[in-house]
Amino acid sequence: MIRYDVLKSIAPVIRGKLIVCNIGSPSQELFDLLDQPSNFYMLGTMGLCSSIGLGLALAQKSQVIAIEGDGSVLTNLATLSTIANNQADNFTLLIIDNGSYGSTGDQPTYAGRKTSLANVARACGCDIVVECSAENTASELEKALSSRRMTVIVSKCESGNVDVPVIDLDPCVIRERFMGEIKRLDETRS
Amino acid sequence: MATESDRRIVDCLVANEIKFATSVPCKQLAGVIDLVDSSPSIMHVPSNKEDEGMGLCAGAYMGGTQSCIIMQNTALGVVVNSLATLIQFYRIPLPMLISYRGEIGEKVACQVEMALHTKAILGQLHIPTYHFQHCDQLEHLDSIIKHAHVCGKPVAVLADAMFWRSAE
Repeated sequence: MIRYDVLKSIAPVIRGKLIVCNIGSPSQELFDLLDQPSNFYMLGTMGLCSSIGLGLALAQKSQVIAIEGDGSVLTNLATLSTIANNQADNFTLLIIDNGSYGSTGDQPTYAGRKTSLANVARACGCDIVVECSAENTASELEKALSSRRMTVIVSKCESGNVDVPVIDLDPCVIRERFMGEIKRLDETRS
Repeated sequence: MATESDRRIVDCLVANEIKFATSVPCKQLAGVIDLVDSSPSIMHVPSNKEDEGMGLCAGAYMGGTQSCIIMQNTALGVVVNSLATLIQFYRIPLPMLISYRGEIGEKVACQVEMALHTKAILGQLHIPTYHFQHCDQLEHLDSIIKHAHVCGKPVAVLADAMFWRSAE
C-alpha cells in the first residue's frame, strides 16, 4: 500500500473529524479522496502540520488528527517533545511513514533507513506510540480515537504518489471553512 | 524577577484576550515569560524553535483562541517561510513580542550581526513593525495588538536594550 491507499482506507474514520494535513502530495491526495470543510490543507510551510494540530487541539475540545509524513516530522523533530510535554487527549498524530520525500520525487528519508520515528516519539516522552502496517492503520486510528488518549501512530507504507491535481482553493477559504466547522462542532457539543 | 513593565506587557496580553502564548527564551524576556507562564488566563506552550511556535499559534487561533509569540530577533532568520506561507498566506493575526538584541547597549558582539538584518527582514515581509526604545512606549502596545486583528497580519514589537534598561 502507498500513502494514497492508506488515506483511502482511513477516509471513513476521518470523515467529519478535524484534520490538519501535511503539505504537498498528502494534502492533494486527501483533497482528491475526501474534501470536507473540516480539512485544513497545508499549502506551504514544511514541517508544521503537527504543530498546527497540537495548537488546535489545545485550544478547543473537538478531536484533531494531524496527518504527517516522515520527511515532514524529520524537518521539525522537536515537535515530538512539545507534543509529549503538552498532553492533549483530543489529539492524534498520524505519521504516514513511506520512507521518502514523496512530493519532491521520492528521495529517501532517514526514517526509511536507521531512524525509527516511533522510538524517537517514545524517547521524547510520548506515552502512547503505535507503529503499524499500512493495512492496520484504519483500525489503529479508530482505536486511538475511541481511547481519547493522545496517540502517535506511525504507519509504515510503501513509497509512491498518485497523480492528482493541485489544490485550487484560496488559503483564506480553506481557513474560513475550517474555522466555521470548528465552531459548528463546538456548538453541536454544547 | 519581573519588572513593572513586564507586568504591563502581560496585563495587556490578558486584556486583549490572548489566551495562548508560545515562547523561545531570551534573557531580556525572562520576566515576561515567567509572568505568562504563571498567568491563569494564558496557556503557555514553550517552543523548541520559533517556526514550531508559529504553527502552534496558527492552530490555536483557528481553534478560536487569540495567540501570540514571544521570541528573540535572531530567530527572524528561522521564521521567514512560516511567516510568508502560513501566517500571512492564511491571514492569521499574530502579535510578536520580540527582544531586539544587537542594538545600542548590547554586550554580545555577535548579536549585532542579526540586528543589522532585523528591520530589513520585517520590512521585506511587509510586517507592521514598532520599535520600542523606552518603557513609556508601552502605552501603544494595546493598539498594536488590536492592529494585528484589524489587518489579519503578524505585527512585530521590537523591544531593544534601551527599552529593557528603562524598565528596570
